[in-house]
Amino acid sequence: MQSVHTVSAYDEELKFLSKRIAAMGGHAERMVEQAVAALVNVDHGLAQKVIQDDIVLDEGQREIDDKAIIIIARRQPMATDLREIVGAIRISADIERVGDLGKNVAKRVASVDGRQPNSLFRGIEALANLALTQLKEVLDVYASRSVERIGFVRDRDDQIDAMYTSLFRELLTYMMEDPRNITPCTHLLFCAKNIERIGDHATNIAETIYYIVTGDQMPAERPKGDKTDKVVLPGTVPAK
Amino acid sequence: MAETGAGQDSRGQALAARLRRNRWLLAAAFVAVIAVYSFDGASIYVLLPALALLAAAAMVPADAERRSTDTGAAIEASGLQRLSGEYLAAAVADPLIIFDHSAAMVHANAAAFAAFGGLAPGMSLALKFRAPEMQALLDGILSGEVAADVVDYTEKLPVERTYRVSASTVGHATGLYVLVFKDQSETRRIDRMRADFIANASHELRTPLASIAGFIETLRGPARNDPAARDQFLQIMQNQTGRMARLIDDLLSLSRLEMKPYLRPGTAVDLRQTIDSVIDSLGPLASENGIIIERDFIDGPVSVPGDRDELFQVFENLLENACKYGQSGGRVTVSIARVEDGQDPGIDVTIRDYGPGIAEEHIPRITERFYRVDVENSRTQKGTGLGLSIVKHILSRHNARLSIKSEVGKGAAFTVHLPAR
Repeated sequence: MQSVHTVSAYDEELKFLSKRIAAMGGHAERMVEQAVAALVNVDHGLAQKVIQDDIVLDEGQREIDDKAIIIIARRQPMATDLREIVGAIRISADIERVGDLGKNVAKRVASVDGRQPNSLFRGIEALANLALTQLKEVLDVYASRSVERIGFVRDRDDQIDAMYTSLFRELLTYMMEDPRNITPCTHLLFCAKNIERIGDHATNIAETIYYIVTGDQMPAERPKGDKTDKVVLPGTVPAK
Repeated sequence: MAETGAGQDSRGQALAARLRRNRWLLAAAFVAVIAVYSFDGASIYVLLPALALLAAAAMVPADAERRSTDTGAAIEASGLQRLSGEYLAAAVADPLIIFDHSAAMVHANAAAFAAFGGLAPGMSLALKFRAPEMQALLDGILSGEVAADVVDYTEKLPVERTYRVSASTVGHATGLYVLVFKDQSETRRIDRMRADFIANASHELRTPLASIAGFIETLRGPARNDPAARDQFLQIMQNQTGRMARLIDDLLSLSRLEMKPYLRPGTAVDLRQTIDSVIDSLGPLASENGIIIERDFIDGPVSVPGDRDELFQVFENLLENACKYGQSGGRVTVSIARVEDGQDPGIDVTIRDYGPGIAEEHIPRITERFYRVDVENSRTQKGTGLGLSIVKHILSRHNARLSIKSEVGKGAAFTVHLPAR
């Protein structure tokens, strides 16, 4: 929690920022949830709704940017306050990206006819659940400021990467089985990639929160667990 | 803000403090009057302010008293006035959160702490409940546009829960508001479960049914007079019906778990005794597969909060898998260890086999329903494809984690981390 300032309007302004971030976060969580639900159930109506909702996040980000700049100009913040404000700008940018990724998943619903094997959709759903859990936990930490709980973010990131690699492989298999699968499976591949990126943005937000609260950068990251750059299926790579 | 949150204590205390302050003021005034009289002959101009001070000091407590009688008059007769809001909140079984005009939490009852992790007095509810409908609810109430409102709020993760949330102002001008969460998850889930059950079960039941139907046809036709073939076919049919029965059992226990994914803190379970009886019950299967079960337990009592039957099922499923799929390793190790350090102290139970292991790409997905690493092997081992799914559900009810480590050719280790709390 921020300390109390002599000028209470200043407190109000800082509180406004964090409240607006939380509202944006909630909105982004909802969008991703609905985009994945629309994809799994091939629900075009819901997909349209998600696409239209994205504008709320764009506005949110602009508003936070404006407000943050005004606060910096007017109050000349120092230390925690300055980190809080700069952090808000960064987090809102990450959340806005999450919304874009959700919107992109929703856009692809039209290209997927739902005749693909059930296990694919279940896999994407499970991947989305991992990414959303991560986002939710990170935003919860933003609310509670308990940065000591932030270590889980990286564990989850590993799980997301493993799941994404597994899905990637499965999608390649279906494409090889039947060329007619290529169009929908490519779209599903992008959906999976988008969802995986949401996890990365959640990690970014976690790092920003860590910085806001402690003033230090989060310790250096371990090597990435995304191994799709090495996935090849037998018989698809020409022998050297 | 924590500071303002703490300041919202009971009105009684504030009143008492004010009276105490005014007592000194009154005493000072009294001394002043005495002094004025004792100096005898002091001018009226000194006396007048002293009298005014006395009147003002007397006014303050009277004012506060009048206000408290206004709000309290209606309930005073029933003795409700002395009732503390804290006790009242504790007596409500549903999660209940009291907050102030800045949406900062003032008080939450035990049910709310159990339902929503990470609550703390002073924390902003607008940051905690981020769903758009909750934001609208809080905004509506705090702006004073509405005195009370109700919305449906769904939390998707970690387990899906649906609440009907009602928000209302508390009393007149107390500056406090209350949120009450009514859990609607079960009704919602029963509807969903019915659809899911049909989709999953019909697919899985169709395969054995088709095979039984095929054999019946053969028995009535070409194999009518072939006793050897008849026996063989009847055996296969018996196996298939057995598989269907197992599948239905598993589906039912999974549905039961999904109906109630959120477990209230249970009684203490003796893990050592539970795991011992799991090992005993699987003794025959292990010796049939030529597996030796090794134990590596820590000393002393090991107990965790939870439901014994459910934890029994977890370890039974894991050990059964280890015996079935790790057959080539010849042994399975069951170990119990205590984890003291880290952010999450508790008990780790590891079931390790030395069989063929699980390829990396399958690990993240083997807890999905009907996901099988090797369909043929699973069928011959009488697997239903639901065992690990059940494990995962039970563990998430216990706030526990399942982690799987495996290297192809070296076996697999399933570790269950049960929090000690």
